[in-house]
Amino acid sequence: MTAVPVVAAASPRRRARLPRPGAAGRRRSRAATRGGWRITPWLFLGVPLALLITFTYVPVANMVAYSFTDWNGVSKVKEPVGLANYVEFFTRPELFRVFFVSLYYLAASVIQMALALYFATILSFSTRFKSLFKGVLFFPYLINGVAVSFVFLFFFQPGGTLDSVLGLFGAPQESLPQWLGNPDIINFSLAGTSVWRYMGLNFVLFLGAIQSIPAGIYEAAELDGATRWHQFRYIIAPSIRPIISLSFILAVSGSLAVFEIPFIMTDGANGSTTFVIQTVKLAFENNKVGLASAMAVVLLLIILLLTWLQRLLVPEEEVDLA
Amino acid sequence: MKTLAATGKYTSLVVAGLVALVPLVVIVFTALKTSQEYATSGPLDPPRSPTLANFVTAFTDAQMASAFVNTTIILVVSVIGTIVIGTMTAYALDRFRFRFKKIVVALFLLATLVPGVTTQVATFQVINSLGVYNTRLAPILLFMGTDIVSIYIFVQFMRSIPVSLDEAAALDGANHFTIYRRIIFPLLRPAIATVVIVKGIAIYNEFYIPFLYMPSRDLGVISTSLFRFRGPLGTQWEILSAGALIVIIPTLVVFLALQRHIYNGLSAGATK
Repeated sequence: MTAVPVVAAASPRRRARLPRPGAAGRRRSRAATRGGWRITPWLFLGVPLALLITFTYVPVANMVAYSFTDWNGVSKVKEPVGLANYVEFFTRPELFRVFFVSLYYLAASVIQMALALYFATILSFSTRFKSLFKGVLFFPYLINGVAVSFVFLFFFQPGGTLDSVLGLFGAPQESLPQWLGNPDIINFSLAGTSVWRYMGLNFVLFLGAIQSIPAGIYEAAELDGATRWHQFRYIIAPSIRPIISLSFILAVSGSLAVFEIPFIMTDGANGSTTFVIQTVKLAFENNKVGLASAMAVVLLLIILLLTWLQRLLVPEEEVDLA
Repeated sequence: MKTLAATGKYTSLVVAGLVALVPLVVIVFTALKTSQEYATSGPLDPPRSPTLANFVTAFTDAQMASAFVNTTIILVVSVIGTIVIGTMTAYALDRFRFRFKKIVVALFLLATLVPGVTTQVATFQVINSLGVYNTRLAPILLFMGTDIVSIYIFVQFMRSIPVSLDEAAALDGANHFTIYRRIIFPLLRPAIATVVIVKGIAIYNEFYIPFLYMPSRDLGVISTSLFRFRGPLGTQWEILSAGALIVIIPTLVVFLALQRHIYNGLSAGATK
Protein backbone atom coordinates (compact mmCIF):
# COMPACT_ATOMS: atom_id res chain seq x y z
CA MET A 1 0.00 0.00 0.00
CA THR A 2 2.95 2.33 0.49
CA ALA A 3 3.46 2.27 -3.26
CA VAL A 4 0.19 4.04 -3.96
CA PRO A 5 1.15 7.66 -3.34
CA VAL A 6 4.18 7.58 -5.65
CA VAL A 7 2.20 6.63 -8.71
CA ALA A 8 -0.95 8.46 -7.86
CA ALA A 9 0.56 11.67 -6.56
CA ALA A 10 0.47 13.72 -9.72
CA SER A 11 -2.59 12.18 -11.30
CA PRO A 12 -5.62 14.45 -11.42
CA ARG A 13 -9.08 13.06 -10.77
CA ARG A 14 -10.50 10.93 -13.49
CA ARG A 15 -13.33 13.30 -14.17
CA ALA A 16 -10.98 16.27 -14.59
CA ARG A 17 -10.21 15.48 -18.20
CA LEU A 18 -9.89 18.99 -19.56
CA PRO A 19 -6.48 19.69 -21.02
CA ARG A 20 -4.38 21.73 -18.65
CA PRO A 21 -2.49 24.82 -19.67
CA GLY A 22 1.29 24.60 -19.98
CA ALA A 23 2.71 22.14 -22.48
CA ALA A 24 5.44 20.68 -20.28
CA GLY A 25 3.17 20.28 -17.35
CA ARG A 26 0.55 18.70 -19.55
CA ARG A 27 2.88 16.11 -20.95
CA ARG A 28 4.10 15.11 -17.53
CA SER A 29 0.71 15.02 -15.93
CA ARG A 30 -0.74 13.01 -18.81
CA ALA A 31 1.90 10.37 -18.52
CA ALA A 32 1.34 10.24 -14.79
CA THR A 33 -2.40 10.18 -15.35
CA ARG A 34 -2.21 7.17 -17.56
CA GLY A 35 -0.02 5.31 -15.10
CA GLY A 36 -2.18 6.42 -12.21
CA TRP A 37 -5.37 5.52 -13.96
CA ARG A 38 -4.25 2.10 -14.81
CA ILE A 39 -2.69 1.11 -11.55
CA THR A 40 -4.37 3.02 -8.74
CA PRO A 41 -7.75 1.24 -8.70
CA TRP A 42 -5.98 -2.11 -8.88
CA LEU A 43 -3.91 -1.23 -5.82
CA PHE A 44 -7.16 -0.76 -3.92
CA LEU A 45 -8.73 -3.84 -5.45
CA GLY A 46 -5.79 -6.23 -5.17
CA VAL A 47 -6.47 -7.73 -1.76
CA PRO A 48 -10.28 -7.77 -2.08
CA LEU A 49 -10.10 -9.46 -5.47
CA ALA A 50 -7.56 -12.00 -4.25
CA LEU A 51 -9.87 -12.93 -1.36
CA LEU A 52 -12.92 -13.00 -3.60
CA ILE A 53 -11.26 -15.30 -6.10
CA THR A 54 -9.65 -17.54 -3.49
CA PHE A 55 -12.76 -18.06 -1.38
CA THR A 56 -15.56 -17.86 -3.92
CA TYR A 57 -14.42 -18.56 -7.47
CA VAL A 58 -11.71 -21.14 -6.83
CA PRO A 59 -14.13 -23.22 -4.70
CA VAL A 60 -16.91 -22.92 -7.28
CA ALA A 61 -14.54 -23.93 -10.10
CA ASN A 62 -13.16 -26.82 -8.05
CA MET A 63 -16.65 -27.88 -7.09
CA VAL A 64 -17.68 -28.12 -10.74
CA ALA A 65 -14.51 -30.07 -11.50
CA TYR A 66 -15.01 -32.47 -8.56
CA SER A 67 -18.58 -33.11 -9.61
CA PHE A 68 -17.39 -35.01 -12.68
CA THR A 69 -15.10 -37.28 -10.63
CA ASP A 70 -15.42 -39.97 -8.00
CA TRP A 71 -13.08 -38.14 -5.59
CA ASN A 72 -13.38 -39.05 -1.91
CA GLY A 73 -11.76 -35.87 -0.60
CA VAL A 74 -8.54 -37.53 0.55
CA SER A 75 -6.92 -39.70 -2.08
CA LYS A 76 -4.55 -38.38 -4.73
CA VAL A 77 -6.45 -39.88 -7.65
CA LYS A 78 -9.67 -38.47 -9.02
CA GLU A 79 -11.17 -40.76 -11.63
CA PRO A 80 -13.38 -38.93 -14.13
CA VAL A 81 -16.86 -40.42 -14.11
CA GLY A 82 -18.67 -38.11 -16.50
CA LEU A 83 -22.23 -37.33 -15.47
CA ALA A 84 -22.57 -40.34 -13.16
CA ASN A 85 -22.84 -38.19 -9.99
CA TYR A 86 -25.63 -36.09 -11.47
CA VAL A 87 -27.45 -39.20 -12.64
CA GLU A 88 -27.08 -40.74 -9.18
CA PHE A 89 -28.51 -37.65 -7.49
CA PHE A 90 -31.56 -37.47 -9.70
CA THR A 91 -32.28 -41.20 -9.68
CA ARG A 92 -31.71 -42.20 -6.04
CA PRO A 93 -35.00 -41.38 -4.32
CA GLU A 94 -33.40 -41.03 -0.86
CA LEU A 95 -31.18 -38.26 -2.27
CA PHE A 96 -33.78 -36.62 -4.44
CA ARG A 97 -36.30 -36.43 -1.58
CA VAL A 98 -34.43 -33.44 -0.13
CA PHE A 99 -36.43 -31.38 -2.61
CA PHE A 100 -39.64 -32.49 -0.92
CA VAL A 101 -38.27 -31.49 2.48
CA SER A 102 -37.63 -28.00 1.17
CA LEU A 103 -41.31 -27.72 0.22
CA TYR A 104 -42.18 -27.63 3.94
CA TYR A 105 -39.84 -24.70 4.40
CA LEU A 106 -41.17 -23.01 1.28
CA ALA A 107 -44.74 -23.27 2.59
CA ALA A 108 -43.52 -22.05 5.97
CA SER A 109 -41.87 -19.02 4.43
CA VAL A 110 -45.09 -18.07 2.65
CA ILE A 111 -46.88 -18.17 6.01
CA GLN A 112 -43.97 -16.29 7.53
CA MET A 113 -44.24 -13.48 4.99
CA ALA A 114 -48.01 -13.26 5.38
CA LEU A 115 -47.61 -12.93 9.16
CA ALA A 116 -44.80 -10.41 8.74
CA LEU A 117 -46.91 -8.35 6.37
CA TYR A 118 -49.90 -8.45 8.71
CA PHE A 119 -47.92 -7.33 11.76
CA ALA A 120 -45.96 -4.73 9.79
CA THR A 121 -49.25 -3.27 8.55
CA ILE A 122 -51.01 -3.10 11.91
CA LEU A 123 -47.93 -1.73 13.64
CA SER A 124 -47.53 0.98 11.01
CA PHE A 125 -50.77 2.53 12.32
CA SER A 126 -50.70 4.14 15.74
CA THR A 127 -50.52 1.41 18.36
CA ARG A 128 -49.91 1.30 22.10
CA PHE A 129 -46.59 -0.25 23.13
CA LYS A 130 -45.58 -0.17 19.49
CA SER A 131 -41.82 -0.40 20.00
CA LEU A 132 -42.28 -3.09 22.65
CA PHE A 133 -44.25 -5.28 20.24
CA LYS A 134 -41.80 -4.53 17.47
CA GLY A 135 -38.87 -5.54 19.65
CA VAL A 136 -40.53 -8.72 20.92
CA LEU A 137 -41.49 -9.89 17.43
CA PHE A 138 -38.06 -9.09 16.04
CA PHE A 139 -35.74 -10.31 18.78
CA PRO A 140 -35.84 -14.05 17.92
CA TYR A 141 -34.09 -13.24 14.65
CA LEU A 142 -30.99 -12.08 16.53
CA ILE A 143 -30.59 -15.19 18.66
CA ASN A 144 -27.73 -17.57 18.01
CA GLY A 145 -28.86 -20.59 15.96
CA VAL A 146 -27.49 -23.11 18.44
CA ALA A 147 -29.36 -21.40 21.28
CA VAL A 148 -32.55 -21.35 19.16
CA SER A 149 -32.10 -25.07 18.55
CA PHE A 150 -31.76 -25.74 22.30
CA VAL A 151 -34.83 -23.65 23.04
CA PHE A 152 -36.87 -25.63 20.54
CA LEU A 153 -35.49 -29.03 21.46
CA PHE A 154 -36.89 -28.29 24.90
CA PHE A 155 -40.04 -26.82 23.39
CA PHE A 156 -40.82 -29.96 21.37
CA GLN A 157 -39.61 -32.66 23.73
CA PRO A 158 -42.22 -34.95 25.30
CA GLY A 159 -43.62 -33.12 28.32
CA GLY A 160 -41.85 -29.96 27.15
CA THR A 161 -43.10 -26.45 26.56
CA LEU A 162 -45.50 -27.22 23.73
CA ASP A 163 -47.07 -30.24 25.44
CA SER A 164 -47.53 -28.25 28.65
CA VAL A 165 -49.13 -25.32 26.85
CA LEU A 166 -51.49 -27.67 25.02
CA GLY A 167 -52.19 -29.28 28.41
CA LEU A 168 -53.38 -25.90 29.69
CA PHE A 169 -56.00 -25.99 26.96
CA GLY A 170 -57.05 -29.46 28.04
CA ALA A 171 -55.19 -31.62 25.50
CA PRO A 172 -54.61 -35.08 27.03
CA GLN A 173 -50.84 -35.59 27.22
CA GLU A 174 -50.81 -39.20 26.04
CA SER A 175 -52.53 -38.37 22.77
CA LEU A 176 -49.94 -35.76 21.81
CA PRO A 177 -47.56 -36.78 19.03
CA GLN A 178 -43.76 -36.94 19.17
CA TRP A 179 -43.09 -33.59 17.58
CA LEU A 180 -39.52 -34.45 16.59
CA GLY A 181 -39.77 -38.24 16.68
CA ASN A 182 -42.53 -38.75 14.13
CA PRO A 183 -41.28 -38.53 10.51
CA ASP A 184 -44.71 -37.25 9.39
CA ILE A 185 -44.57 -34.32 11.79
CA ILE A 186 -40.91 -33.48 12.24
CA ASN A 187 -40.67 -31.21 9.20
CA PHE A 188 -43.68 -29.21 10.34
CA SER A 189 -42.02 -28.73 13.73
CA LEU A 190 -38.70 -27.69 12.21
CA ALA A 191 -40.27 -25.42 9.61
CA GLY A 192 -42.32 -23.86 12.42
CA THR A 193 -39.11 -23.18 14.31
CA SER A 194 -37.77 -21.52 11.21
CA VAL A 195 -40.85 -19.25 11.05
CA TRP A 196 -40.33 -18.33 14.72
CA ARG A 197 -36.71 -17.46 14.02
CA TYR A 198 -36.97 -15.53 10.75
CA MET A 199 -40.39 -13.86 10.80
CA GLY A 200 -38.94 -10.87 12.66
CA LEU A 201 -36.56 -10.02 9.85
CA ASN A 202 -39.29 -9.95 7.18
CA PHE A 203 -41.48 -7.99 9.57
CA VAL A 204 -38.87 -5.29 10.21
CA LEU A 205 -38.05 -4.98 6.51
CA PHE A 206 -41.73 -4.66 5.58
CA LEU A 207 -42.34 -2.21 8.40
CA GLY A 208 -39.40 -0.08 7.24
CA ALA A 209 -40.80 -0.03 3.71
CA ILE A 210 -44.29 0.89 4.91
CA GLN A 211 -42.99 3.65 7.15
CA SER A 212 -41.12 5.24 4.29
CA ILE A 213 -44.51 6.10 2.74
CA PRO A 214 -45.20 9.79 3.49
CA ALA A 215 -47.88 10.18 6.20
CA GLY A 216 -49.69 12.82 4.14
CA ILE A 217 -50.90 10.18 1.72
CA TYR A 218 -52.85 8.36 4.44
CA GLU A 219 -54.33 11.63 5.67
CA ALA A 220 -55.47 12.51 2.17
CA ALA A 221 -56.93 9.04 1.72
CA GLU A 222 -58.74 9.25 5.04
CA LEU A 223 -60.26 12.59 4.05
CA ASP A 224 -61.50 10.88 0.92
CA GLY A 225 -63.15 8.24 3.08
CA ALA A 226 -60.70 5.36 2.53
CA THR A 227 -60.94 2.54 5.07
CA ARG A 228 -57.99 0.76 6.58
CA TRP A 229 -58.42 -2.00 4.00
CA HIS A 230 -58.44 0.53 1.17
CA GLN A 231 -55.30 2.10 2.59
CA PHE A 232 -53.62 -1.29 2.65
CA ARG A 233 -54.85 -2.27 -0.78
CA TYR A 234 -54.14 0.95 -2.65
CA ILE A 235 -51.32 2.63 -0.73
CA ILE A 236 -49.31 0.11 1.25
CA ALA A 237 -49.40 -2.93 -1.01
CA PRO A 238 -48.18 -1.21 -4.20
CA SER A 239 -45.37 0.63 -2.48
CA ILE A 240 -43.89 -2.43 -0.80
CA ARG A 241 -44.26 -4.79 -3.74
CA PRO A 242 -40.54 -4.66 -4.60
CA ILE A 243 -39.43 -5.72 -1.12
CA ILE A 244 -42.08 -8.46 -1.04
CA SER A 245 -41.04 -9.93 -4.35
CA LEU A 246 -37.40 -9.77 -3.32
CA SER A 247 -38.23 -11.48 -0.03
CA PHE A 248 -40.17 -14.12 -1.89
CA ILE A 249 -37.26 -15.01 -4.16
CA LEU A 250 -34.95 -15.06 -1.15
CA ALA A 251 -37.47 -17.35 0.57
CA VAL A 252 -37.42 -19.81 -2.31
CA SER A 253 -33.64 -20.03 -2.45
CA GLY A 254 -33.55 -19.91 1.36
CA SER A 255 -35.86 -22.92 1.64
CA LEU A 256 -33.46 -24.91 -0.52
CA ALA A 257 -30.48 -23.79 1.56
CA VAL A 258 -32.00 -24.60 4.99
CA PHE A 259 -29.31 -25.99 7.19
CA GLU A 260 -28.66 -24.81 10.72
CA ILE A 261 -31.87 -25.60 12.61
CA PRO A 262 -32.40 -29.18 11.36
CA PHE A 263 -28.67 -29.94 11.49
CA ILE A 264 -28.30 -28.87 15.12
CA MET A 265 -31.68 -30.06 16.37
CA THR A 266 -32.04 -33.45 14.72
CA ASP A 267 -28.89 -33.94 12.62
CA GLY A 268 -31.17 -34.72 9.70
CA ALA A 269 -32.77 -37.70 11.45
CA ASN A 270 -36.36 -38.94 10.93
CA GLY A 271 -36.58 -37.62 7.40
CA SER A 272 -35.57 -34.06 8.21
CA THR A 273 -32.49 -34.09 5.98
CA THR A 274 -32.38 -30.97 3.83
CA PHE A 275 -30.48 -30.38 0.63
CA VAL A 276 -27.51 -28.77 2.34
CA ILE A 277 -27.37 -31.31 5.19
CA GLN A 278 -27.30 -34.10 2.62
CA THR A 279 -24.53 -32.34 0.71
CA VAL A 280 -22.23 -31.75 3.68
CA LYS A 281 -22.88 -35.23 5.06
CA LEU A 282 -21.94 -36.84 1.77
CA ALA A 283 -18.81 -34.72 1.58
CA PHE A 284 -17.54 -34.81 5.14
CA GLU A 285 -18.97 -38.01 6.61
CA ASN A 286 -19.29 -40.39 3.67
CA ASN A 287 -16.27 -39.09 1.74
CA LYS A 288 -18.30 -38.69 -1.41
CA VAL A 289 -16.97 -35.33 -2.47
CA GLY A 290 -17.78 -35.99 -6.12
CA LEU A 291 -21.46 -36.67 -5.49
CA ALA A 292 -21.71 -33.85 -2.93
CA SER A 293 -20.19 -31.43 -5.43
CA ALA A 294 -22.71 -32.46 -8.06
CA MET A 295 -25.53 -31.69 -5.61
CA ALA A 296 -23.98 -28.35 -4.73
CA VAL A 297 -23.69 -27.48 -8.42
CA VAL A 298 -27.37 -28.33 -8.93
CA LEU A 299 -28.33 -26.09 -6.02
CA LEU A 300 -26.16 -23.27 -7.34
CA LEU A 301 -27.76 -23.55 -10.78
CA ILE A 302 -31.27 -23.47 -9.30
CA ILE A 303 -30.44 -20.37 -7.28
CA LEU A 304 -28.89 -18.62 -10.28
CA LEU A 305 -31.99 -19.46 -12.29
CA LEU A 306 -34.29 -18.09 -9.59
CA THR A 307 -32.31 -14.88 -9.35
CA TRP A 308 -32.41 -14.47 -13.10
CA LEU A 309 -36.18 -14.95 -12.98
CA GLN A 310 -36.43 -12.35 -10.26
CA ARG A 311 -34.50 -9.79 -12.32
CA LEU A 312 -36.79 -10.61 -15.21
CA LEU A 313 -40.00 -10.23 -13.22
CA VAL A 314 -39.04 -7.26 -11.06
CA PRO A 315 -36.82 -5.04 -13.16
CA GLU A 316 -37.24 -2.04 -10.83
CA GLU A 317 -35.42 -3.94 -8.13
CA GLU A 318 -32.20 -3.25 -9.99
CA VAL A 319 -29.12 -4.26 -8.11
CA ASP A 320 -26.07 -2.56 -9.49
CA LEU A 321 -22.85 -1.99 -7.70
CA ALA A 322 -21.31 0.82 -9.66
CA MET B 1 -66.84 -1.83 14.59
CA LYS B 2 -63.85 0.22 15.51
CA THR B 3 -63.46 -1.35 18.96
CA LEU B 4 -63.89 -4.79 17.41
CA ALA B 5 -61.02 -4.10 15.01
CA ALA B 6 -58.89 -2.74 17.83
CA THR B 7 -59.61 -5.81 19.98
CA GLY B 8 -58.63 -8.09 17.12
CA LYS B 9 -55.48 -6.13 16.52
CA TYR B 10 -54.31 -6.17 20.15
CA THR B 11 -55.32 -9.79 20.62
CA SER B 12 -53.23 -10.83 17.63
CA LEU B 13 -50.29 -8.77 18.88
CA VAL B 14 -50.47 -10.28 22.36
CA VAL B 15 -50.76 -13.81 20.96
CA ALA B 16 -47.77 -13.23 18.66
CA GLY B 17 -45.84 -11.72 21.55
CA LEU B 18 -46.57 -14.80 23.66
CA VAL B 19 -45.51 -17.12 20.85
CA ALA B 20 -42.25 -15.22 20.59
CA LEU B 21 -41.61 -15.06 24.33
CA VAL B 22 -43.00 -18.23 25.94
CA PRO B 23 -40.31 -20.59 24.55
CA LEU B 24 -37.65 -18.23 25.91
CA VAL B 25 -39.29 -17.56 29.27
CA VAL B 26 -39.62 -21.30 29.84
CA ILE B 27 -35.88 -21.66 29.25
CA VAL B 28 -35.26 -18.91 31.83
CA PHE B 29 -37.49 -20.77 34.34
CA THR B 30 -35.69 -24.05 33.67
CA ALA B 31 -32.24 -22.52 34.00
CA LEU B 32 -33.13 -21.15 37.45
CA LYS B 33 -34.29 -24.50 38.87
CA THR B 34 -32.24 -27.06 40.77
CA SER B 35 -32.11 -30.51 39.20
CA GLN B 36 -34.56 -31.87 41.79
CA GLU B 37 -37.00 -29.07 41.15
CA TYR B 38 -36.61 -29.53 37.40
CA ALA B 39 -37.46 -33.21 37.77
CA THR B 40 -40.56 -32.57 39.86
CA SER B 41 -42.09 -29.48 38.22
CA GLY B 42 -43.65 -28.76 34.85
CA PRO B 43 -41.90 -26.54 32.29
CA LEU B 44 -44.39 -23.71 32.78
CA ASP B 45 -44.03 -23.58 36.58
CA PRO B 46 -41.85 -20.67 37.71
CA PRO B 47 -38.89 -21.65 39.90
CA ARG B 48 -39.72 -21.68 43.62
CA SER B 49 -36.26 -20.80 44.88
CA PRO B 50 -34.26 -19.47 41.92
CA THR B 51 -30.59 -20.48 41.81
CA LEU B 52 -27.75 -19.30 39.59
CA ALA B 53 -25.76 -22.52 40.12
CA ASN B 54 -26.62 -23.84 36.64
CA PHE B 55 -25.11 -20.75 35.04
CA VAL B 56 -21.84 -21.30 36.89
CA THR B 57 -21.79 -24.98 35.90
CA ALA B 58 -22.60 -24.23 32.27
CA PHE B 59 -20.07 -21.40 32.07
CA THR B 60 -17.19 -23.51 33.36
CA ASP B 61 -18.10 -26.88 31.82
CA ALA B 62 -18.80 -25.51 28.37
CA GLN B 63 -15.53 -23.51 28.51
CA MET B 64 -17.51 -20.37 27.83
CA ALA B 65 -14.70 -18.08 28.95
CA SER B 66 -12.38 -19.28 26.21
CA ALA B 67 -15.31 -19.38 23.79
CA PHE B 68 -16.02 -15.69 24.37
CA VAL B 69 -12.32 -14.88 23.94
CA ASN B 70 -12.15 -16.80 20.65
CA THR B 71 -15.38 -15.26 19.37
CA THR B 72 -14.16 -11.80 20.28
CA ILE B 73 -10.79 -12.22 18.57
CA ILE B 74 -12.37 -13.58 15.40
CA LEU B 75 -15.12 -10.97 15.47
CA VAL B 76 -12.83 -7.97 15.95
CA VAL B 77 -10.25 -9.01 13.36
CA SER B 78 -12.87 -10.02 10.78
CA VAL B 79 -14.92 -6.86 11.23
CA ILE B 80 -11.87 -4.60 10.91
CA GLY B 81 -10.75 -6.58 7.88
CA THR B 82 -14.19 -6.38 6.31
CA ILE B 83 -14.28 -2.62 6.79
CA VAL B 84 -10.84 -2.05 5.26
CA ILE B 85 -11.52 -4.38 2.35
CA GLY B 86 -15.07 -3.16 1.81
CA THR B 87 -14.19 0.54 1.84
CA MET B 88 -11.19 0.03 -0.45
CA THR B 89 -13.27 -1.93 -2.93
CA ALA B 90 -16.10 0.58 -2.81
CA TYR B 91 -13.64 3.46 -3.31
CA ALA B 92 -12.06 1.80 -6.34
CA LEU B 93 -15.42 0.88 -7.87
CA ASP B 94 -17.17 4.18 -7.24
CA ARG B 95 -14.40 6.70 -7.89
CA PHE B 96 -12.40 5.25 -10.76
CA ARG B 97 -13.02 4.29 -14.32
CA PHE B 98 -10.72 1.58 -15.48
CA ARG B 99 -10.44 -1.26 -17.89
CA PHE B 100 -12.29 -4.47 -16.97
CA LYS B 101 -14.31 -2.57 -14.39
CA LYS B 102 -17.53 -4.16 -15.61
CA ILE B 103 -15.99 -7.61 -15.20
CA VAL B 104 -14.81 -6.81 -11.67
CA VAL B 105 -18.26 -5.53 -10.70
CA ALA B 106 -19.86 -8.61 -12.20
CA LEU B 107 -17.48 -10.84 -10.22
CA PHE B 108 -18.51 -9.20 -6.97
CA LEU B 109 -22.22 -9.27 -7.85
CA LEU B 110 -22.26 -12.86 -8.99
CA ALA B 111 -20.57 -13.90 -5.76
CA THR B 112 -23.60 -12.74 -3.73
CA LEU B 113 -25.61 -15.49 -5.37
CA VAL B 114 -23.30 -18.33 -4.39
CA PRO B 115 -24.79 -19.84 -1.22
CA GLY B 116 -21.94 -20.08 1.25
CA VAL B 117 -22.84 -23.34 2.95
CA THR B 118 -22.85 -25.42 -0.22
CA THR B 119 -19.48 -24.37 -1.54
CA GLN B 120 -17.90 -25.48 1.74
CA VAL B 121 -17.48 -28.83 0.00
CA ALA B 122 -14.76 -27.22 -2.09
CA THR B 123 -13.78 -24.31 0.17
CA PHE B 124 -12.57 -26.88 2.66
CA GLN B 125 -9.82 -27.95 0.24
CA VAL B 126 -8.75 -24.33 -0.27
CA ILE B 127 -8.52 -23.71 3.48
CA ASN B 128 -6.62 -26.95 3.88
CA SER B 129 -4.10 -26.17 1.18
CA LEU B 130 -3.48 -22.71 2.67
CA GLY B 131 -2.48 -24.49 5.87
CA VAL B 132 -4.93 -22.55 8.05
CA TYR B 133 -7.23 -25.47 8.88
CA ASN B 134 -7.92 -25.60 12.62
CA THR B 135 -6.64 -22.09 13.24
CA ARG B 136 -8.54 -18.88 13.95
CA LEU B 137 -7.31 -17.61 10.61
CA ALA B 138 -9.68 -19.95 8.73
CA PRO B 139 -12.95 -18.30 9.82
CA ILE B 140 -11.32 -14.86 9.75
CA LEU B 141 -10.31 -15.26 6.11
CA LEU B 142 -13.72 -16.64 5.18
CA PHE B 143 -15.62 -13.87 6.97
CA MET B 144 -13.44 -11.23 5.31
CA GLY B 145 -13.25 -12.79 1.89
CA THR B 146 -16.87 -13.43 1.17
CA ASP B 147 -18.72 -10.39 2.42
CA ILE B 148 -20.18 -8.72 -0.61
CA VAL B 149 -23.09 -7.15 1.24
CA SER B 150 -20.76 -4.83 3.14
CA ILE B 151 -19.15 -3.71 -0.10
CA TYR B 152 -22.59 -2.96 -1.42
CA ILE B 153 -23.49 -0.89 1.65
CA PHE B 154 -20.27 1.09 1.28
CA VAL B 155 -20.80 1.74 -2.44
CA GLN B 156 -24.35 2.93 -1.79
CA PHE B 157 -23.17 5.29 0.88
CA MET B 158 -20.13 6.53 -1.04
CA ARG B 159 -22.37 7.76 -3.85
CA SER B 160 -23.77 10.32 -1.43
CA ILE B 161 -20.29 11.75 -0.77
CA PRO B 162 -19.75 14.48 -3.37
CA VAL B 163 -16.89 13.89 -5.79
CA SER B 164 -16.04 17.58 -5.46
CA LEU B 165 -14.55 16.81 -2.05
CA ASP B 166 -12.09 14.39 -3.67
CA GLU B 167 -11.32 16.94 -6.34
CA ALA B 168 -10.69 19.72 -3.86
CA ALA B 169 -8.31 17.48 -1.95
CA ALA B 170 -6.57 16.44 -5.16
CA LEU B 171 -6.03 20.11 -6.03
CA ASP B 172 -4.43 20.53 -2.62
CA GLY B 173 -1.98 17.83 -3.61
CA ALA B 174 -3.56 14.82 -1.91
CA ASN B 175 -2.95 11.52 -3.63
CA HIS B 176 -5.58 8.81 -3.97
CA PHE B 177 -4.55 6.99 -0.87
CA THR B 178 -4.69 10.18 1.19
CA ILE B 179 -8.11 10.97 -0.26
CA TYR B 180 -9.33 7.50 0.70
CA ARG B 181 -7.73 7.64 4.13
CA ARG B 182 -8.50 11.25 5.13
CA ILE B 183 -11.71 12.10 3.31
CA ILE B 184 -13.68 9.08 2.22
CA PHE B 185 -13.02 6.77 5.15
CA PRO B 186 -14.06 9.26 7.90
CA LEU B 187 -17.19 10.26 5.96
CA LEU B 188 -18.21 6.63 5.67
CA ARG B 189 -18.61 6.39 9.44
CA PRO B 190 -22.41 5.78 9.41
CA ALA B 191 -21.99 3.01 6.84
CA ILE B 192 -19.15 1.55 8.91
CA ALA B 193 -21.41 1.52 11.97
CA THR B 194 -24.02 -0.37 9.95
CA VAL B 195 -21.49 -2.94 8.78
CA VAL B 196 -20.09 -3.38 12.30
CA ILE B 197 -23.58 -4.16 13.60
CA VAL B 198 -24.75 -6.43 10.78
CA LYS B 199 -21.44 -8.25 10.47
CA GLY B 200 -20.92 -8.44 14.23
CA ILE B 201 -24.27 -10.15 14.77
CA ALA B 202 -23.65 -12.52 11.87
CA ILE B 203 -20.22 -13.57 13.16
CA TYR B 204 -21.37 -13.93 16.77
CA ASN B 205 -24.11 -16.26 15.56
CA GLU B 206 -22.17 -18.15 12.90
CA PHE B 207 -22.11 -21.85 13.54
CA TYR B 208 -21.04 -23.89 10.57
CA ILE B 209 -17.78 -22.19 9.57
CA PRO B 210 -16.17 -22.53 13.02
CA PHE B 211 -17.73 -25.99 13.38
CA LEU B 212 -16.15 -27.19 10.15
CA TYR B 213 -12.81 -25.41 10.23
CA MET B 214 -11.94 -25.36 13.95
CA PRO B 215 -12.67 -28.81 15.38
CA SER B 216 -10.13 -28.30 18.18
CA ARG B 217 -11.86 -27.77 21.54
CA ASP B 218 -9.49 -24.97 22.53
CA LEU B 219 -10.69 -23.04 19.51
CA GLY B 220 -14.38 -23.31 20.34
CA VAL B 221 -16.42 -20.18 19.71
CA ILE B 222 -19.69 -19.61 21.53
CA SER B 223 -21.78 -21.47 18.90
CA THR B 224 -19.57 -24.52 18.73
CA SER B 225 -18.90 -24.66 22.49
CA LEU B 226 -22.63 -24.59 23.15
CA PHE B 227 -23.22 -27.21 20.44
CA ARG B 228 -20.60 -29.60 21.85
CA PHE B 229 -21.93 -29.01 25.36
CA ARG B 230 -25.11 -30.87 24.47
CA GLY B 231 -23.39 -34.19 23.82
CA PRO B 232 -22.31 -35.22 27.34
CA LEU B 233 -25.32 -33.65 29.06
CA GLY B 234 -28.08 -35.15 26.99
CA THR B 235 -31.15 -34.30 28.99
CA GLN B 236 -29.87 -32.12 31.84
CA TRP B 237 -32.06 -29.32 30.64
CA GLU B 238 -31.55 -27.02 33.61
CA ILE B 239 -27.83 -26.76 32.68
CA LEU B 240 -28.35 -26.72 28.92
CA SER B 241 -30.90 -23.91 29.34
CA ALA B 242 -28.40 -21.91 31.35
CA GLY B 243 -25.83 -22.46 28.59
CA ALA B 244 -28.26 -21.22 25.94
CA LEU B 245 -29.04 -18.15 28.05
CA ILE B 246 -25.34 -17.34 28.51
CA VAL B 247 -25.22 -17.05 24.72
CA ILE B 248 -28.53 -15.15 24.39
CA ILE B 249 -28.01 -12.55 27.13
CA PRO B 250 -25.19 -10.60 25.38
CA THR B 251 -27.38 -10.45 22.26
CA LEU B 252 -30.27 -9.08 24.34
CA VAL B 253 -28.05 -6.42 25.91
CA VAL B 254 -26.70 -5.33 22.52
CA PHE B 255 -30.21 -5.32 21.08
CA LEU B 256 -31.61 -3.15 23.87
CA ALA B 257 -28.70 -0.73 23.55
CA LEU B 258 -28.63 -0.45 19.76
CA GLN B 259 -32.23 -1.18 18.67
CA ARG B 260 -32.60 1.64 16.20
CA HIS B 261 -29.21 1.02 14.59
CA ILE B 262 -29.94 -2.68 14.25
CA TYR B 263 -33.26 -2.09 12.50
CA ASN B 264 -31.72 0.41 10.12
CA GLY B 265 -28.65 -1.70 9.52
CA LEU B 266 -30.68 -4.76 8.58
CA SER B 267 -32.84 -2.75 6.23
CA ALA B 268 -29.70 -1.46 4.53
CA GLY B 269 -28.07 -4.87 4.37
CA ALA B 270 -30.90 -7.21 3.57
CA THR B 271 -32.02 -5.72 0.29
CA LYS B 272 -28.51 -6.32 -1.08
